[in-house]
Amino acid sequence: MKKKAALSAIFFLCALLTTLCFAASPMTSHQQQSSYELMSAENKAMQDDISLNPAMFWVGDGESLWQAKGSPNTKSCASCHGDVKKSMRGVATQFPKVIKGKLQTLEGQINQCREVRQEAPKLAYESKDLLALTALIALQSKGMPISVKETPTNKKDLKQGQEFFNQRMGQLNLSCAQCHEERAGLRLGGSLIPQGHPNAYPIYRLEWQTLGSVQRRLRNCMSGVRAQQFEYGSSEMAQLELYLMWRARGMPMESPGVRP
Amino acid sequence: MSKTSRTSVTMPAQAKKGAIIEIRAIAQHDMESGFRYTEGGKIIPRDIIRVFTCSYNNAEIFKADFYPGIGANPLIIFTTIATESGMLEFKWVGDDGYEASNQARITVT
Amino acid sequence: MNPPKTINRRQWLLRIQQIGMIAVGVCLSPLTVFAKKEEADSAIKQITGGAPIRDGRVTLVIPPLVENGNLVVLNVSVDSPMTANNYVKVIHVIAEGNPLPQIFAAYLSPRSGTANITTRVRLADSQRVWAIAQMSDGSFWQGYAETLVTLSACTEMV
Repeated sequence: MKKKAALSAIFFLCALLTTLCFAASPMTSHQQQSSYELMSAENKAMQDDISLNPAMFWVGDGESLWQAKGSPNTKSCASCHGDVKKSMRGVATQFPKVIKGKLQTLEGQINQCREVRQEAPKLAYESKDLLALTALIALQSKGMPISVKETPTNKKDLKQGQEFFNQRMGQLNLSCAQCHEERAGLRLGGSLIPQGHPNAYPIYRLEWQTLGSVQRRLRNCMSGVRAQQFEYGSSEMAQLELYLMWRARGMPMESPGVRP
Repeated sequence: MSKTSRTSVTMPAQAKKGAIIEIRAIAQHDMESGFRYTEGGKIIPRDIIRVFTCSYNNAEIFKADFYPGIGANPLIIFTTIATESGMLEFKWVGDDGYEASNQARITVT
Repeated sequence: MNPPKTINRRQWLLRIQQIGMIAVGVCLSPLTVFAKKEEADSAIKQITGGAPIRDGRVTLVIPPLVENGNLVVLNVSVDSPMTANNYVKVIHVIAEGNPLPQIFAAYLSPRSGTANITTRVRLADSQRVWAIAQMSDGSFWQGYAETLVTLSACTEMV
């Protein structure tokens, strides 16, 4: 009689523990891991050494652009923001964020400044100039933890971003979560599946043979599952980016990174 | 590809006479291989850096011929002996009139 | 031999299928694969002028497994005293599996100190890569490395 009771107690405890394990969100039951860890030694060295990282050329272009005026009468970035190293320190860790009621990505905010403060035309996504400025600003947060938090102002966008992350899409009918949450660390073809954190953007992707933004990479993910890609600069993109940065909160920024 | 671009050279500023120094030189260049196609199916013409040279106080000490098989933003790491103080000049020449150059001073004791 | 005056649909389809299989067979035959190696061999012959090449003294290092063939770190070093009478004049790197076998040529001198070059190359496919060193005494030495090239996941939609 006692043995039976003991056995059922143990059985109940096991069942309870198992339920608890699956109930907890996967991100809390395993550590966040940057896809840096999955790279070869050579590619890691390419990212870490500024004499080897091709992204540094864009940073150099960004430094020139920081000082350049749109036209003789308008301001340069430096006119308002001064020394980029001081004014932009830690800024990239906070984006995307809600500014004046609109969810802005870093690229979006750069364009906002250009249009409104510099009376200059917006820079196209993936253009050399926008990438250069993004790389310069993101570099000022290198090593600093991503600080995106859930706030009353971004709560709705964050929830929408989370929905995008968890919803199935495309002809292959896969959600981001199915690969990058449930199967992170397993292999797809010859490659290890990363957790998919945006902590190194903009990246010099070897596949692109050039520097590119997180939105370009997300569009690649969507074409990978044969889904309709979110448009550059769209609110859906910003919401997904917000969720991804929140999911990666606390991880140090590696920008500008190198990825295969 | 434009006529010139950024380059970056990494090497010691000081060295003992006779020491072997490592030089890293990288140029910002797409190195369009000539084997890629546009979305419309047209071939994108070859446009690469062809030759890299390094001169040490006007004497050529290193040369490399690049072919389409060299990756974008070409990097080359090589060594030379620190013989005397002076200037090292680096030159990249490529298709479509591309030319880029860089200098570095070295003090040899 | 006179072909039949009429050929029914089934026979025609069978013939097309046979021709198709032959065509596929030709594409996949070892002969096509070796065509690139022949180009590599002829490129090497152009370098040496037919002179004998000895194995050894040349070490070529590429990662055995490559995540993306667009930018692969390659290091070649040649065992040589690099003195005025005994140095490496040229190092050639030839790829057996690229559309163009020549990758680069580096010209050295006794002032080089070492015959050690690092660069980043494009590898179109899993293949063997050769490094041929031309010495100051006119001799040729060679070394090679083999690598597996994989593709990145989730690429651009073309």
